[in-house]
Amino acid sequence: MRKGIYFRIGLIISTVILAVIFFLPNTPLFNYMPDWWKKNLPNKGVVLGLDLRGGSHLIFEVDLKRARQITIERIGLHLQSLLEKKNFKPSVKVEGERIFIQPVSDEVKRLVRENYPDLNLTEQGQNIVGELPESAFKRVETTSVDQAIEVIRNRIDQLGVAEPVIHKQGENEIVVQLPGVKDPKKALEIIGKTAQLEFKLLDEETTLWRELPSLIKQGEEEAFLNQWKAKLSENNEIVFQKIINKDTGVIYKRPYIVKKEVLLTGDLLAEAHVSIDQRFNEPYVSLRFNDAGAKIFEEITAKYVKRRLAIILDGNLYSAPVIQERIEGGNAQISGSFTLEEAKDLAIVLRAGALPAPVKLIQNVTVGPTLGKDSIEAGKMAVIIASILVVLFMIVYYRLSGLIADFALILNILLLIGALAALNATLTLPGIAGIALAVGMAVDSNILMFERIREEIRLGKTPKAAIESGYKKAFWTIFDSHVTTLITAAVLFHFGSGPIKGFAVTLSLGVAINLFTALIGTKTVFDFIYIGKERKSLSI
Amino acid sequence: MIQILGKTNIDFLGKKYYTLGLSFLIFLLGIFAIFQINAGNANLGVDFAGGLSLQVRFSQPVSLTEVREVLDKSGVKDADIQELPTEKKILIKLKKQQEGAQDIIEKSLKENLAAKEPIIESITEIGPKIGERTKRDAILAILAATVGILIYIAVRFRFHFSIGATVATFHDVMAVLAIFYLLDKEINLIFISALLTIAGYSLTDTVVVFDRIRENIGKVAKGAMTLEALMNKSINEVLSRTIVTSLTTLMAAFALFFFGGEVLHDFAFAMILGIVIGTYSSIFIASPVVLLLGKNSLLKK
Repeated sequence: MRKGIYFRIGLIISTVILAVIFFLPNTPLFNYMPDWWKKNLPNKGVVLGLDLRGGSHLIFEVDLKRARQITIERIGLHLQSLLEKKNFKPSVKVEGERIFIQPVSDEVKRLVRENYPDLNLTEQGQNIVGELPESAFKRVETTSVDQAIEVIRNRIDQLGVAEPVIHKQGENEIVVQLPGVKDPKKALEIIGKTAQLEFKLLDEETTLWRELPSLIKQGEEEAFLNQWKAKLSENNEIVFQKIINKDTGVIYKRPYIVKKEVLLTGDLLAEAHVSIDQRFNEPYVSLRFNDAGAKIFEEITAKYVKRRLAIILDGNLYSAPVIQERIEGGNAQISGSFTLEEAKDLAIVLRAGALPAPVKLIQNVTVGPTLGKDSIEAGKMAVIIASILVVLFMIVYYRLSGLIADFALILNILLLIGALAALNATLTLPGIAGIALAVGMAVDSNILMFERIREEIRLGKTPKAAIESGYKKAFWTIFDSHVTTLITAAVLFHFGSGPIKGFAVTLSLGVAINLFTALIGTKTVFDFIYIGKERKSLSI
Repeated sequence: MIQILGKTNIDFLGKKYYTLGLSFLIFLLGIFAIFQINAGNANLGVDFAGGLSLQVRFSQPVSLTEVREVLDKSGVKDADIQELPTEKKILIKLKKQQEGAQDIIEKSLKENLAAKEPIIESITEIGPKIGERTKRDAILAILAATVGILIYIAVRFRFHFSIGATVATFHDVMAVLAIFYLLDKEINLIFISALLTIAGYSLTDTVVVFDRIRENIGKVAKGAMTLEALMNKSINEVLSRTIVTSLTTLMAAFALFFFGGEVLHDFAFAMILGIVIGTYSSIFIASPVVLLLGKNSLLKK
């Protein structure tokens, strides 16, 4: 018997020591620990959830439909220029997810097959119709999401957020967690921008120019496009430039007619940074292309001297300078009326690369740092007050036995915090609520036993016998009641997100630890006090 | 020895038709609340309904009418403005995602109420797709918890007990839901976790009672006692435990209610309701249901 007691006392003491070691990194004491300690012993502790430390939890949805469309359009544009080079006088049109190619000839087919073996070709009247099989589209979809994650990761790195978490969720969602982000709005703008940079030629030959109004109001773009669509040549499109009236701040849009063909994209950029124009003191973004990009840029500028080149970002025209001469070395610049801040952000997204398809923000949960701090304080307060109330109540109601139950309760809280730290679990505000509730419920096991022991004493049993049978009889009740709580906690864990998961973790750990503290912790103390020598009365 | 209750001998099951009737009414109210929630006539949190919710802190007390005037002027439509239990804080909710609404609200508050220094403390913006998914997950969670509990009790006890425990637990969840609906409190994800916690707690209470009934069934000789009398005896025996545990858990819930901050305020409120109702149901609902279902079969074995 005594041997058993010493083993149990040893077990309790060692679990407490373990709990303290695991939790130490969360206390200021950790800073005073020697280096070998910090290096070799647990050094992470409990991680605070975004709701406590402040930060943003974002979910983006990648527009897969658009990703498919973009793929098909790219193939179409490429085929057009490819066939042009071979002097076929081709016409390549994209409708929906199908490509219509003219003229119909075996030579054209061969060229298309060579470049795009995936494309299923059929002849329909005057056209060769090309379609991508679903399996190829699926590949496009997966790579789009993976690429988008990479790009977003690059952009966040540039923002300088510590410990961001970025991962894929489901088929087309990207979860981004930014703990302690200082300017969540700016982060959102930078992450969510598609940043598709395109160079296209202005169509200066069309006479439609003279009919177009020079400025329209912001918000009227769509109506405007519908109005002029019919008159537009099929190789052209209308893009808008943002014009801000500096006195009133009112935003206008200036329409431009550009050729649909993309001459060069931002994919081939090597560098982008902000410079200030000395004459006008206006910021601009200077770009440098990599070797391949520089070569294309040189070809374009040589071929289209004196024509205007439109620089388009995400469908908005920034500037359309006249090409003065052939440009070697691949240097270009985007000027436009932006502030220094905007220019900086633009340089960041250009450096990090374009998203393969637009993304849409479908969830944004942002908690400011002050609220997080308040929540921690309030949560701590609630746990402390709950503990004091319960501890006092138990002493008043069960006297010495109550004190033993309180010992178990404190053991419970200690081990719970230690276990959370050992698992590097994320502590959320609902998680703190879970701790407070665990305090209330933790004593339940002891109450069950004490009431049982009281019953046994009323039946005339000696303290020793009453304790033994009280524990034995209460055991299965305690077990059953704990398992039911574990079931609900497991369900919460499985279906809940972020904060709720944190709650489920503390609740289930609390319940499991409670089994240990109630069955081993208090029993050991009772054994220590009452079993050794037979006492006449029991303080319960 | 301090005792809240001495040895009691209360006829709990004698009032079973009244208590079951009352609970049936509460249950109907809960069903009604669910239909209302489904129809969108309840105070649904943005995590379910989708939309935008902003928590704003001011440096001085601010009235809802004041904020409403500012928002009306700024052109933000259909904003729902609520007071938070913490002073100087308000919650602004928009049902539908409106382009740039967050910026407009922030700007107009800062311009018009500059003296009270508004700070946006938290932003929750949920797209309709996520809202739908969260709703579906919450319903699945409640179903999964119910089925899990049903199975466990059926394995550990007899089937009648399983039904009794599930009815009692469901009753508690419905009652808290009905009260939240009637008080127009926000129904959100944290509230759903409160419901599931309540379910777990109430079940614990019920299991303790059932455990004692099972134990007593084994002890009492066949025909010596009716099942009803045996149940009454069992409930009386565990009554002081039931009440003492409810008290300590209530202490924790009240600590959260008063000191836990605005985010946990409603969670704590739901827990307080749940503890009281759960205690009631473990005494007045669970056993009577078992009794009505298994009057004849239980004592024979």
